[in-house]
Amino acid sequence: MKLAVLSGKGGTGKTLVSVNLAAVAKESVYVDCDVEEPNGHLFFKPTDVKTKKVVNKIPVVDEDLCLGCRKCVDFCKFNALAAIVDKLLVFDDICHACGGCIMLCPSNALSEKDKVIGVINSGVSEAVKVISGVLNTGEVSGVPIIKALLKKIADEKRLTVIDCPPGSACVVMESIRDADYCILVAEPTVFGLSNLILVHELVKIFNKPYGVVINKGMEGENLIDTYCLENKIKVLSKIPFDCELGTLNSEGEIASKIEPYHSIFSALLQAVMKEVQDETIAYS
Amino acid sequence: MKQLLILSGKGGTGKTTVASAFIKLSQAKVYADCDVDAPNLHLAIKQTSQPKRNDFFGMPKAEVNTILCAKCDRCVENCRFDAVQVVDNNYWIDPYLCEGCGVCEMVCPVRAINLKPHISGELMLYDKDVIFSTAQLKMGSGTSGMLVTEVKKQMKSIDRGDELAIIDGSPGIGCPVIASISGVDMVLIVAEPSVSGISDMERIIKTAQTFHTKTVVCVNKYDANLKKTKAIIDYCQAHDIPYVGKIPYDKSAVEAVNNGLTLVDVFCEAGAAVQVVFGNTMEMLLRN
Repeated sequence: MKLAVLSGKGGTGKTLVSVNLAAVAKESVYVDCDVEEPNGHLFFKPTDVKTKKVVNKIPVVDEDLCLGCRKCVDFCKFNALAAIVDKLLVFDDICHACGGCIMLCPSNALSEKDKVIGVINSGVSEAVKVISGVLNTGEVSGVPIIKALLKKIADEKRLTVIDCPPGSACVVMESIRDADYCILVAEPTVFGLSNLILVHELVKIFNKPYGVVINKGMEGENLIDTYCLENKIKVLSKIPFDCELGTLNSEGEIASKIEPYHSIFSALLQAVMKEVQDETIAYS
Repeated sequence: MKQLLILSGKGGTGKTTVASAFIKLSQAKVYADCDVDAPNLHLAIKQTSQPKRNDFFGMPKAEVNTILCAKCDRCVENCRFDAVQVVDNNYWIDPYLCEGCGVCEMVCPVRAINLKPHISGELMLYDKDVIFSTAQLKMGSGTSGMLVTEVKKQMKSIDRGDELAIIDGSPGIGCPVIASISGVDMVLIVAEPSVSGISDMERIIKTAQTFHTKTVVCVNKYDANLKKTKAIIDYCQAHDIPYVGKIPYDKSAVEAVNNGLTLVDVFCEAGAAVQVVFGNTMEMLLRN
């Protein structure tokens, strides 16, 4: 089963929830899809790490063969090719690797080369398999790395927790595509609510079952509680604002190794499992 | 006009909180929110007027004319994004997977596929007393970098001779961040004292340096972990990156934000600290 953890707003506790869910499950896989800023490995400190490069297919020009017809330049929707004084230039960074220019070239002057855009690191940390995607700095799109990550776990039978990037754009959409259940982590601030509304819309578009975790809860009226109540959204867990939890997390410690955090995250995992089961029954 | 961009790498470190305080302190009349996936600056700096709204057209999306379609499979074979779906022998294109490259349109032997313009978001421009440019990306769209570029273009479309523009950025290091960095005079990084915050700060600094953009660093919620705060300051020193100050965690700051106010609208410790950060940042910005 695959659980995706997302939030819209950054810094609400996606990685905290993902890492600890994977840690309290007996056997599990943790996948870090926040390839721009992956952090899960800082907590798991996995050993036996194997690194695999992720490449994009980028066109290269053979100047001797190029006729200067500009067909490729006119075709490229991303403006990744330009003909300047009869010389064809390729802008690697904005190329989407669609392959169109190569198919079009009448003189076979274009071929493809592999360009490394990042890596996938796989290692182990106790009973957790830890897989992280890392985009090279200066690279524009992490989508090919996320696709490679999800391919890697496509047939995974163990409980798999997918730590998503912030926001609600293409990278988040890719990350939740294969998920069986989505956990939306929200903090009770006006910013947190505004961004929860966005990801709520996103999971509805993709028809995913979902529930909310309220992190950094304070006493008194809670914006997220009210929103969830009004929209009939299941609140899976409320993690109170807690300086000790903050310190453990800032030191890169897995909080659920000690109490009371072990109980908090075990209860969350149980709540999620129950939701998923109910979903399965409802749809079968 | 000098443009100051506020970034962080990691999300939730306080970009918008710092940006809104800076807008108040500088009395800047020009600002923008480049976090088009999850914009929040409009919640921190309330506007009384209504914005001008414009649809944002991102990359076009392919559409199959099922009447013409010969079901030859060439589009399926050639699409690198697996966007062509075949359900019950009917061909259609998943708009969330289509990147608008036009390969399917090119290979279709019966011209059954056409690229159609696609609305990927909305641009908003407030232009009465202040110029505030912001946008909202449509859920799951893939053109946030293009939209960020439009937000900045919109911000600069009105020239009233202002000297300063403050731009709130997005988390991460990818396309929207890179699009926001282009052309700004300086980047202020709001770092957080945690292992994650430091790792992310290092990656955003490297990204900014790739584009040769002057970068300075401040630490938010510094008292959450004093050791890590020191590690950030040491890192800055070792890498010759100006450090412009630190802001404590402050409950009244959270309350201020929840009430639609900025840090400097209420009397609080964090507000006083952000004034010092602001002073140092402006000195660095005007120095180059």
